[in-house]
Amino acid sequence: MMSESRTTVALFATCINDVMFPDTPKATVLLLERLGCRVEFPEAQSCCGQMFTNTGYYKEALGSVRSFVTAFAGYDYIVSPSPSCLGSVREQHPMLAEWAGDKGLWREVEAVVARSYELTEFLVDVLGLTDVGAYFPHKVTYHPTCHSLRVAKIGDRPQRLLRQVKGLTLVPLPDAEQCCGFGGTFSLKNPDVSTSMAAEKARNVTSTGAEYLVTDNPCRLNIGGVLARSKSGIKTIHLAEVLAETEGGAR
Amino acid sequence: MTATDLGMPGSSRRTPAPPAGRLIDSPPFPVAAKQYLADSQLRANLHHATSTIRAKRARVTAELPNWEQLRLAGEAVKDRVARHLDYYLEELEQNLTANGAHVHWAADAAEANQIVVDLVRAKGVDEVVKVKSMVTQEIELNEALEAAGIAAWETDLAELIVQLGHDRPSHILVPAIHRNRAEVREIFLREMKLYGRAAPDSLDDEPRHLAAAARQHLRDKFLRAKVGISGANFMVAETGTLVVVESEGNGRMCLTLPETLISVTGIEKVIPTAADLEVFLQLLPRSSTGERMNPYTSMWSGVRPGDGPQEVHVVLVDNGRSRVLADPIGRKALRCIRCSACMNICPVYERVGGHAYGSVYPGPIGAILTPQLRGTAAAIDRSLPFASTLCGACAEVCPVRIPIPDLLVHLRHRVVDERKRSHLGLEQALMKGGGWVMASGPRFGLLERAGGLVQRVTGREAVGPLPWPASLWTRARDLPLPPEQTFRQWWRANRDPLCHPERSEGSLRDDEATTVTSVTSASAEAAAE
Ligand code: SF4
Repeated sequence: MMSESRTTVALFATCINDVMFPDTPKATVLLLERLGCRVEFPEAQSCCGQMFTNTGYYKEALGSVRSFVTAFAGYDYIVSPSPSCLGSVREQHPMLAEWAGDKGLWREVEAVVARSYELTEFLVDVLGLTDVGAYFPHKVTYHPTCHSLRVAKIGDRPQRLLRQVKGLTLVPLPDAEQCCGFGGTFSLKNPDVSTSMAAEKARNVTSTGAEYLVTDNPCRLNIGGVLARSKSGIKTIHLAEVLAETEGGAR
Repeated sequence: MTATDLGMPGSSRRTPAPPAGRLIDSPPFPVAAKQYLADSQLRANLHHATSTIRAKRARVTAELPNWEQLRLAGEAVKDRVARHLDYYLEELEQNLTANGAHVHWAADAAEANQIVVDLVRAKGVDEVVKVKSMVTQEIELNEALEAAGIAAWETDLAELIVQLGHDRPSHILVPAIHRNRAEVREIFLREMKLYGRAAPDSLDDEPRHLAAAARQHLRDKFLRAKVGISGANFMVAETGTLVVVESEGNGRMCLTLPETLISVTGIEKVIPTAADLEVFLQLLPRSSTGERMNPYTSMWSGVRPGDGPQEVHVVLVDNGRSRVLADPIGRKALRCIRCSACMNICPVYERVGGHAYGSVYPGPIGAILTPQLRGTAAAIDRSLPFASTLCGACAEVCPVRIPIPDLLVHLRHRVVDERKRSHLGLEQALMKGGGWVMASGPRFGLLERAGGLVQRVTGREAVGPLPWPASLWTRARDLPLPPEQTFRQWWRANRDPLCHPERSEGSLRDDEATTVTSVTSASAEAAAE
């Protein structure tokens, strides 16, 4: 584990986690502290602005870009448990600054983006760990979200971490890389297509016989909503919450 | 229905009438999607066809160690063409002319159609055979010819099914993907006899037998035709070469048998050199049919006495393309080589099929190209950029690396911006309020506390069916209510003293706090409406 000089990590909790899934950033804090990091939560942070950007509201998203650079300037490691929000920071914040024609903001954005990590990237690439000492004696399946695969591009780091969790059995999810149909405001603008996709994803999850579905929280809201409605009994959980579990602190 | 409606011979029509109405008047995507989603036969057909072709594509692209380099090369060539389109088009015109072709320029669909009608009339014929071509569908050439009393016969098997079925294509590569064999058999038995050689009475729904019936039906038309009409997959500027890539051999027939060839082509199809074909002739078949090589690649590089068409016309069509070119982000859509990989991988397309897109270009490419070519005045065109979850699967397979999700977002912004100028709606008000709140951590924290009240008041963890607009979510999914304590509150209670208070932005001014409360109540009212 980490030694003398403790690494300071600025946590980007993200708005959806802050309000809907506070256990995820809490677990991230506990996990990083357990691994020897000092965690800070810059209170000036709010949201990645993705909902605005992806719905076409660039001007409305710019405030989020500015608050992100204000909150996180000066940190060497900015870590978020949300691949989707982090992907938006990486891919869309520079685009928005460019769109606004704000060179200064663009430079600030580029500087913070270079120091931003999705949680599994930080664990595997910076701390050099795949075994984080977690214990989770359950059968789980993993849905890699589209944004984790194709925007944040975190690859198979989540699976590598999951495989090292003591007691955990990872079962493959059929058609894992197929979108769950959430798509932010897509779920409201095209509700019929969205629910059709969510239902198929939930069917695939159910077919695995897993107790838990591990996935990022936006998709968890979507797939979890269908699993709950169908009384499938399958619970949903974020990867950070799995990794924060230890022997003795059993769920 | 009358004989005229059905386009029976003897009526004023020469060819089967397509469905009434214009594509641009199609209902917005969500409305059409709902209708097609309910068609279980369609969904079964689409699922089967797209998953088969997806698997084939994945196999044959994985076997090339340099696939990514090929994609990068394809992207680079197409981007260079876009930057210097004027230069390459002039070079192309010179070399086509030197090869004995006549080059015509058409600014829009009407001009292109008029040019073709005049050329066919000048040959004194009243029918033509056609190779499958997207641009002639885009400009609705068949109907323009029909109006001039000229019959245009589609010779690609699937296009023939669509034409005889009084139907529209629903996929750019497999236009009849929405039809199954039983339907094809019925169409052939019912329609072929009205427009040429009849299908044998004994016809069953064996694909082999269906193909044989089509072959017989088409043969007469091929042998009779004096004029063939094609598109082009690529036009080589350096050599003045037209390249047509196909699978059935019908293209080869149309390009070689008739005395006159008219090739109608979008201006973005030009590539600089013959060497560039090395890249595209690998990218295209592997991405589109999942084959290592397509069965027929026809190249025309000049009139040769006694061999092939003796008169060749090339109609270069703009039809909105130079407007697309003017937008450095939007123009990336012009890289498209019409392979259809994006629609085969798209989970939205797979569920609703091509007709829901109200355009000859369906699926992800349609969603980014159509609103650029046609503009965003029509409801369908404004809805297309939103017909995606932004999952990004399309961009991952696109052989010319078009960042389709980025273009979707770019066009969403265009649509929202145009709407902002015309009127103010609920969505805009919510986005504006939300954007203001999210621009500041403390403002957001304050809003959160208001949200926490809901949970404390209702005392529930999740909700089932709710009224509109929440029903859009809750009719199929439960919605968890936020837990009582937000993370921010937990942090303050458990960690705050340890961290550096000087990093926080500071507390809200009183006037800001008041506005947050009113934004909250405004959103609550809006939600209750
Ligand atoms: S956008 Fe790309 S994947 Fe889609 S048809 Fe065009 S070239 Fe193929």
